[in-house]
Amino acid sequence: MLASFIIVFREVLEAGLIVGIVLAATVGISRRAPYLWGGVFAGVAGACLVAACIGALSSAFAGNGQDLFDAAILCFAVVMLGWHSVWMARHGREMARQMQDMGASVTSGETTLLAMAAVIAVAILREGSEVVLFLYGIATAAHLTAFAILAGSALGVAAGAAVSWGLYRGLLAIPLRRLFGVTGWLIALLAAGMAGQAAALLANDDIIPAFGYQLWDTSWLLSTGSLLGRALQALVGYSDRPMGIQLAAYAATLATLVCLSKWAGRPKILSKQES
Amino acid sequence: MAHDLRRKMIAAAAFACLAGPAGAAPPSVQLTLQDHKFTPDHVQVPVGGRFKILVTNLDSTPDEFESPALRVEKIVVPEQTITVFAGPLTPGMYAFYDDYHPETAHGVAEAK
Repeated sequence: MLASFIIVFREVLEAGLIVGIVLAATVGISRRAPYLWGGVFAGVAGACLVAACIGALSSAFAGNGQDLFDAAILCFAVVMLGWHSVWMARHGREMARQMQDMGASVTSGETTLLAMAAVIAVAILREGSEVVLFLYGIATAAHLTAFAILAGSALGVAAGAAVSWGLYRGLLAIPLRRLFGVTGWLIALLAAGMAGQAAALLANDDIIPAFGYQLWDTSWLLSTGSLLGRALQALVGYSDRPMGIQLAAYAATLATLVCLSKWAGRPKILSKQES
Repeated sequence: MAHDLRRKMIAAAAFACLAGPAGAAPPSVQLTLQDHKFTPDHVQVPVGGRFKILVTNLDSTPDEFESPALRVEKIVVPEQTITVFAGPLTPGMYAFYDDYHPETAHGVAEAK
């Protein structure tokens, strides 16, 4: 029961941390619940679909199918996060002001909600397919301890969800005028970490050059095999032994998102002339 | 096989376009999972170069071949063989396991 709890908790936590940040970053956008729940359901459905096709996916592209698929959806999520950064740079300040005045969700942002729903779906799909396969294995083996393992898994889902809810509520404790600044950085780091992971996946299969397989080794300090290491990997792209290409993709994505936000958030030339 | 050909073409393209790390075929080791145990559970792998690990799952349920130390993580469905790349390594012991059955399915790769 403990083993299954740990496996499921770890996967749910990794996805849940991303969901927690997305929840905090979309506070104040009206009618967000159906979009974000849609992302959750799409992610769960996608996880089941991927789990069902994993054999075919694995053997596709000369055995690199799993990695190519993972890298592709990670890149998609990075683009969606970039989209949100630009939208937020344009609307964040005005949103925070309106929320302080009225204390309610006032700004509509259907396009960015779609982008963020997609990010939730990708996060859940990636980690969820591993949980689905794990549970499928138990269901087909059907031995005596199946009940204990399922109970452990259910607890794992609940605990993982609780931590991500805690992260969301914790972020909401940040004063409104600062909240979107903090979530902006979290989103940028999240995107950078995802881009780095995608690059590492492709370089590991020798599809792109690695430019150094191990720039440094901090596994003695914090291993990506540990729970904290994994959580930091999901949140900010921590890697104990990064590849050159991974660091390059990380830095390039972070710089791009920061510059995009600055560019999109600059005062309009027209309004400058008017004032 | 078509898969092999495609892999070689990708490798050749990567080498030609990007002067990447693809070169001579890297050495490989074979692991088999049966009754949720690795055979062999102690393998010798090269130091300082890239190598392949082939993992075959002979059980009736899916496994996830995983090793943070080797930086690999891949699902292996029943009756399937997957390939992962690892290295270059410094001399030492590198643990690997099946994430779905970590109590029984674990082993070490010894780089020397």
